[in-house]
Amino acid sequence: MSEIPLVTELRSRFGEGIIDVNLEAIDEWVEVTPDVLVGVCEFLKEAEGFRFDMCNSITVVDYLHTDPKKAAKVDWEPHMEVVYHLSSIATKMTLVLKVKIPRWKNGVEGELPGVPSVSGVWSTADWHEREAYDLSGVNFLGHPQLKRILCPDDWEGHPLRKDYEQPLEYHGIRGR
Amino acid sequence: MATSKIDDPRVIEFDVRTDEMLINMGPQHPSTHGVLRLVLRTDGEVVSDVEPHLGYLHRCAEKIGENLTARQWVPYTDRMDYLAAMNMNLGWSLVIEKMLDHDLPERARHLRVIISEMGRIASHLVAMGTYGLDLGSFTPFLYGFREREKILNLFEEACGARLTYSYLTPGGATADLPAGWTDKCLQFLAEFKEVIPELHTLLTTNTIFVSRTAGIGVMPARMAIDYGCTGPVLRGSGVYHDLRFHGEERYTEMYDGYVFDVICADPETGLYPESNYEFHGDSLDYPEIPRQAVLGDCWHRFYVRMLEVVQSVRLVEQAIEKYEATSGDWGTPIKLTQKLPAKEAYMETEAPRGQMGFYVVGNGDAIPWRVRARSSSFCNLSVTAPLCQGILLADIPAIVGSLDVVMGEIDR
Repeated sequence: MSEIPLVTELRSRFGEGIIDVNLEAIDEWVEVTPDVLVGVCEFLKEAEGFRFDMCNSITVVDYLHTDPKKAAKVDWEPHMEVVYHLSSIATKMTLVLKVKIPRWKNGVEGELPGVPSVSGVWSTADWHEREAYDLSGVNFLGHPQLKRILCPDDWEGHPLRKDYEQPLEYHGIRGR
Repeated sequence: MATSKIDDPRVIEFDVRTDEMLINMGPQHPSTHGVLRLVLRTDGEVVSDVEPHLGYLHRCAEKIGENLTARQWVPYTDRMDYLAAMNMNLGWSLVIEKMLDHDLPERARHLRVIISEMGRIASHLVAMGTYGLDLGSFTPFLYGFREREKILNLFEEACGARLTYSYLTPGGATADLPAGWTDKCLQFLAEFKEVIPELHTLLTTNTIFVSRTAGIGVMPARMAIDYGCTGPVLRGSGVYHDLRFHGEERYTEMYDGYVFDVICADPETGLYPESNYEFHGDSLDYPEIPRQAVLGDCWHRFYVRMLEVVQSVRLVEQAIEKYEATSGDWGTPIKLTQKLPAKEAYMETEAPRGQMGFYVVGNGDAIPWRVRARSSSFCNLSVTAPLCQGILLADIPAIVGSLDVVMGEIDR
């Protein structure tokens, strides 16, 4: 319930930038466009009464059915969602932000999609975005040092994409 | 004859130049708590830059989670923070219960408090022991492990495993506590209370320990929040935040009716709250804070853990009493093939090392669409680089050790 003034505030400031709001979900979420993302984050961090001073987690969820039969049954087009879990130590509120992006930049397979980096807002985002880039293959534009963090630097592909195929071998080590 | 210029010691002194040197510390280094590799840029003794390299223990837990049902993934959570596996099980169980809107019987909730707080004691004992080891003192390690061993024996009796328990599962626990277990646990707590002052003498007030940790690696509260530090690392900087008090209702209701303190120094006075816990018949005196200690330094992070152990003892005592007084069962674990709704849920719990979060996305199938573990040590470790700038090389183990990271949880 406490999120409702927040939503009206966000809508009045960012207008078209706020695409969707779901207050019925288990964790209330707000979907924004990539263009306003950094602005929304800066506002949420500084705004009196909300003060989302902690960014708990940044995750990417890949929506794609590799099986055409299953893909025909679902009501969504293949896309990716970048999910930001925010909380506040000052006011003890929590909020989920979502940004929907295409699976590939301009629809060209192999070109990673981009989303603005929020590492300038919360320093935690630095490592979380590196992890999301490493495992899910999303470019965080404006990140100071976007490189792999968990996989080796010369690893190919992004394992948490649904169409990822495990390599047959890596430096002479058999994969499967 | 005048001496040649080179014999003049002063000239030699001016002639010696130190170059910047890159030093590789780890991944197999005793003080990096597992397989963490730090690349240090040093100028003589002074470290100007630290870059942590992770991933040596990456086991694709999140990818595996997309191929297993919710209950089948429980053993993988054990292997994240392997020093507090019970608390990892709890975090995952709660998020699945949140998703299914599954409520627990009261007895199961008290059982979970007993088990997770015992896990916290065991974990903090290792943290204390290995921190002593990092700073060159072997004795506290043995004392810490001796006590932890007793807890592991109790856990073994409850669930059959010593490290990777999979005891708390979505829906409750796999079994009830065996008959007579609570008496053994109370006996352990009574013995353990005698040992706590001993542990304090070994490190907390030890002069060498104090000079190695007090005033080193000072992290202001603002920085701790900005880097997402949680748990004792955050509270060591004087931020009053503990999910057992401030978390989601599903988690805090577990602790309803329990009396305990959040261990956190007052940022104004730098003093810890007065303990009103009866200990040996009289109230426990905390050891005095050394003069050199600054709020947010390595010493305070260590001290917070030491005091939290006492609060956990206090919680287990209350939980056993409540557990004995309630009838009912320990909860029915959900079915192995329980279908998850097409919803998503995120939940954080207060694990010994900080806030451990799990995120799960369902799509109506038994196998989740996506699982994610938000690791507390991952965020706590990310603060090393800014914290270690311009310090002496010998202080690196003191700072990294005070963050108390477990690589299994960072790399997942």
